[in-house]
Amino acid sequence: MARTLINLPKSVRRGDTVEIQTLIAHPMETGYRPGSDGVVLPRDLIRHFKCFFTDESGQQLVFAAELFPAISANPYLAFQFRATGSGTLTLLWEGDQGFSQTETVPLQVIG
Amino acid sequence: MRYWRQALWAVILILANLQVISAQPSAAADGQGRRSGFADMGATTQAMQRDDRQNPAMLWVAEGDALWRRNTGSADKSCASCHGQVSSLQGVAAQYPRFDNQSQKPVNLGERINLCRQRHQLAPTLSHQDERLIALEALVAHQSRGMSIRPDTDPRLQAFRQRGEALFSQRFGQLDLSCAQCHDQQAGRLLGGTVIPQAHPTGYPLYRLEWQGMGTLQRRLRNCMSGVRAAPFAFGSEELLGLELYLAQRAAGMPLETPAVRP
Amino acid sequence: MSTSLALGMTLLVRPAAATQDELTQAMAKFAAGARIQTGRVVLDVAKLVDNGNAVPATVTVESPMNLSDHVVAIAIFNERNPQTEVASFQLGPRSGIAKVSTRIRLATTQQLVAMARMNDGSCWSHTIDVFVTLAACIETD
Repeated sequence: MARTLINLPKSVRRGDTVEIQTLIAHPMETGYRPGSDGVVLPRDLIRHFKCFFTDESGQQLVFAAELFPAISANPYLAFQFRATGSGTLTLLWEGDQGFSQTETVPLQVIG
Repeated sequence: MRYWRQALWAVILILANLQVISAQPSAAADGQGRRSGFADMGATTQAMQRDDRQNPAMLWVAEGDALWRRNTGSADKSCASCHGQVSSLQGVAAQYPRFDNQSQKPVNLGERINLCRQRHQLAPTLSHQDERLIALEALVAHQSRGMSIRPDTDPRLQAFRQRGEALFSQRFGQLDLSCAQCHDQQAGRLLGGTVIPQAHPTGYPLYRLEWQGMGTLQRRLRNCMSGVRAAPFAFGSEELLGLELYLAQRAAGMPLETPAVRP
Repeated sequence: MSTSLALGMTLLVRPAAATQDELTQAMAKFAAGARIQTGRVVLDVAKLVDNGNAVPATVTVESPMNLSDHVVAIAIFNERNPQTEVASFQLGPRSGIAKVSTRIRLATTQQLVAMARMNDGSCWSHTIDVFVTLAACIETD
C-alpha cells in the first residue's frame, strides 16, 4: 500500500468547481536509469489514474490520466471537478508489477 | 477575459485552505545577511514547498504519523505510548543535535529516534537511510516548522562543534575545495546554472528533486563531499555530527522549514 | 569505444532521444485528422527549471465545459526525452474547469507541447521552450 495524500476544499457548495490534489508515493522508475552497479533498473511505473464519482444515480468516470516515464517520481496530479451533489469520490492508481491502489473520499456539498 | 474569475477563484481557494499554506520562508536576507536556500530556488519549486497539498515530502510526514502510532519492539510500545500527541514535541527538533548522557556524545534527531527505539521500545535501530526513520524525523521536525533554530547550549557540545567549524574551512578532495569557499565566500553567485546557496540546514529532512526522494542533512553533506571528489565521511561519523552542530550554530535564529523542497 | 574516447564523449550510454519526427507523429495521432490550431490551450511551465527530475506543469484550456462545448482530452508531448508522450488526460463536462497540473521529467532543454481535443473534434495546441541545466556538482549518493 503506497502512501497517498488527497486534498480538496473542506467545505464545498453545490455547483462549485473544486480542485482535487493528489500525491502518491511511487518511484516511477523509468527503465532508462542505471543503478549504482551500472545495470539499468527495471521499469516500474504507475500507468493509469481514474477518478469516479458515485451518488444515488450511479458511478461516473470524471477524470482519467495515462502516465508515461516522463511523469516525476511520487506523482502529483491535480484536476477539477464540478460538485453538483454529495457522493463519494473513488480514486484508482494502476501500474506495473500488478500495482493497484484505491482510495475513497466522501464529498459533502452544502446548499 | 476570464482572469477576474480565475483570480476570484484563486482567492476563494486560498482562503478555504489557509491552514495548509505554510508560513513563507523569507526570500530576503535576515539581519545577519543570512538567507535560506528557499530564496535561491525558482518560483515553482518554492510553490511546491509552500503548499502542503503539493509538497511530496508531506507523504513522508504522513507516513511518520502512521508510524508514530504503531506499536513496535518487544516492549510493544508506540512513540505515542510515551510522548502522546506528536505536537507535544513542538520546538524539540529546533535544538538538535543534542548531547546524549548515556553514550556521552552528541546525537542528531535520527539518532535520538533510534535510541528511543533501542532503549524504550526495545526495537532494533533503523539504518540512517531507512525510509521509516526519515519519515519519523520528518514528522518530528515538522512540529518545529516556523520556529527558530535554537542550538542547545550544553557546554559538552562545544568541542564537537568546534571540530565541525574547523572541518567547514578545511579543503577536501581532488577539487581541493572547502565548504567555506563556496558557501561563505561565493554564496549567491552562479556555479553552472545553479545559484550557490549559503547552505543553512533550515529544512531537513527534505525532498530533494535530484534524489527524487527524501534525505537527511548527512546525506546532503556526503553528496557535497563526493561533489568535490573527496571520500565522504561515513553516516553517523563524528565528523558529520560536528558539521551538523556547526551548521546549526551558523543558522541559529533562522526559521525551520521542515519539510523543505530543494533542487 | 576508442572512437567515443577520441571524440571526448561521455562513456555513459544514453537511450536514444525522441526526434522532431516522433513528436510530429504523436501530435498528429492525438489530433486524429483534425487540423492542429494554436490557441485556447496554455501550457504553464517555468522557463528555467531548477531540476529536470520534477518540473511543475499546468495545462489550462479555455472552455465553458458544458455539455455542448467541452474538452474531451488533453495531452503533453516532449521533444527530447527518450519517449515523446508525457501524459494524456480525459476530461468531460463534470470537470467544470479544463485544468490539470502535474510534475514532469525533462531530460534536457527542449520544446514541450500541450494539446487539447474538443467534443466537436477540433484540436488546439501550445508549444513552449523550456531550459534545463544540469547540476553543477556531479555527486554520487
